[in-house]
Amino acid sequence: MSPRMAKALINGLLIGGAAIAIAPLLYMVSVSFMPQGQASSLPPPVLPTHATLDNYRQLFLNAGMGRYLFNSLLISTAITVISLAFNLMAGYAFAKLEFKGRQRLFQVLLGALVIPAQVAMLPLFLLLKYMGLVNTYGAVIVPALATIFGIFLVRQYASGIPDDLMEAARIDGAGEFRIFATIVMPLLKPIMVTLAIFTFLAAWNDFMWPLIALTGQEHYTLPIALASLSREHVQDSELMMAGSVVTILPVLVLFLALQRYYLEGLLLGSVKG
Amino acid sequence: MNTTRAAWLFVTPALIILGLFFLLPVVAALFLSVTDYDLYALADIRNLRFVALQNYWSLLQRPLFWSALGHTVYFVVVGVPLSLIASLGAAMLLNSPLARFKPFFRTALFAPVVTTVVAVAVIWRYLFNTKYGLINYVLDSIGMPTVDWLGDPHWAMPTIILFAVWKNFGYNMIIFMAGLQAIPGDLYEAARIDGASAIAQFRHITLPMLKPTMVMVSILTVSGYFQLFAEPYVMTEGGPLQSTTSVLYLMYEEGFKWWNLGSASAVAFILFVIMFAVTAAMLRLSKRGEAA
Repeated sequence: MSPRMAKALINGLLIGGAAIAIAPLLYMVSVSFMPQGQASSLPPPVLPTHATLDNYRQLFLNAGMGRYLFNSLLISTAITVISLAFNLMAGYAFAKLEFKGRQRLFQVLLGALVIPAQVAMLPLFLLLKYMGLVNTYGAVIVPALATIFGIFLVRQYASGIPDDLMEAARIDGAGEFRIFATIVMPLLKPIMVTLAIFTFLAAWNDFMWPLIALTGQEHYTLPIALASLSREHVQDSELMMAGSVVTILPVLVLFLALQRYYLEGLLLGSVKG
Repeated sequence: MNTTRAAWLFVTPALIILGLFFLLPVVAALFLSVTDYDLYALADIRNLRFVALQNYWSLLQRPLFWSALGHTVYFVVVGVPLSLIASLGAAMLLNSPLARFKPFFRTALFAPVVTTVVAVAVIWRYLFNTKYGLINYVLDSIGMPTVDWLGDPHWAMPTIILFAVWKNFGYNMIIFMAGLQAIPGDLYEAARIDGASAIAQFRHITLPMLKPTMVMVSILTVSGYFQLFAEPYVMTEGGPLQSTTSVLYLMYEEGFKWWNLGSASAVAFILFVIMFAVTAAMLRLSKRGEAA
């Protein structure tokens, strides 16, 4: 094969692949602006005959989408901020502070990574029920406030910090919390950004646990609300596509803005051991 | 001494969360699975009885459990290789020196990964719509027979597999790209001088050098695919004729629709044991391959 043909083939395949990956998302945006009923006509329309915001209006005015958007933002932000603090502290301690049983404790955590989260879900539901947390924001937020993956990621990164930095500060009489806040945290900034978007995206997209823990509509996150709406409105494709846009857009924008950090974290997290 | 105390203060919040809301429930699940915890026990804990392995025993005799396991295995056995082939293919294209606009293509191919499963499932459900869906329309206009994608028990699971591959392949693509970039360029250089074809280079350089990455990615993907739940929940509700009911879907219905929490915990544990056995076997096989 001539280099020229190889080049055409490779770029042609890339264009085809990218089209398959992106087209459904673009189509979703297009259908979301269609007047009601247009999506259920033949031949399937590609663009709206006249673009309308009716679907979005109906979602926010009648279907409570504003509430779900608020819930999703609140839950994902709370999880991200608090779990970031907990995971940073724990990951740093596992990497840099000596304490008895450190190795063994970390081994236990790593071992627990093989247990799928769903095994814990049934007793967790009962536990939260006895605590009176079922169907509150807390039911989704509290169990997510620390992750083994997050601790692991921070530990990997923090191991690279030279001990001399902390040692010098200790000799100067700085306490451990001050060392953490003024010396360690600034050095961990890149991994903080990475972990923050990872956590936010995971919390935003999470489905099974919120579906179990949030039994009443008033606390639904966007994915749960969308799943429930889509069971009620099987035929209203335009409305559902608008709902999908509202659900996907925030995370897609976040990813596009911070892509580099996200992809780095993906690679760091997959290099086990 | 002071450092030790600080260290414990640093790890304690995370350990409390993980211990109380993950490790404790896992242990509790084991106990729950040998009780008859149901709606009556939920109302009054005194109705709880110890039933030993009864839950496991009756599950093994239920056709629905076996079919759910069968569907899940089908999803894993067909879905994982397809997903890996798509990931590796895309990674190799992106890694080629002839490829242009790489950052754009990488972002485009990766985009489905960050989207919300439920939302994109809603899109694909519309695309796969038998009557108004774009896919059947295109098939029809090029003279191919149309398919009742999500309504035909034989097609529903393949349709979900197609959707899952579309949604997930970008993740492993990124990992494969890093693996490919780590292969020294002079290996290919030497092979080219020896006159090795592109296919020979792929077989004798790319695949062997990529093996550690491949093992890790396969194991992670297999355990991810065993946890099939949201796709059938949104696209088919486990149907038609329960042809897309996965093990986790069964666990969800058993636990949170019928409130048989004891039996649902047994389902969860069986899934865990199967996942553990399969991934351990994969790891073992890959090690044996190295020794030979």
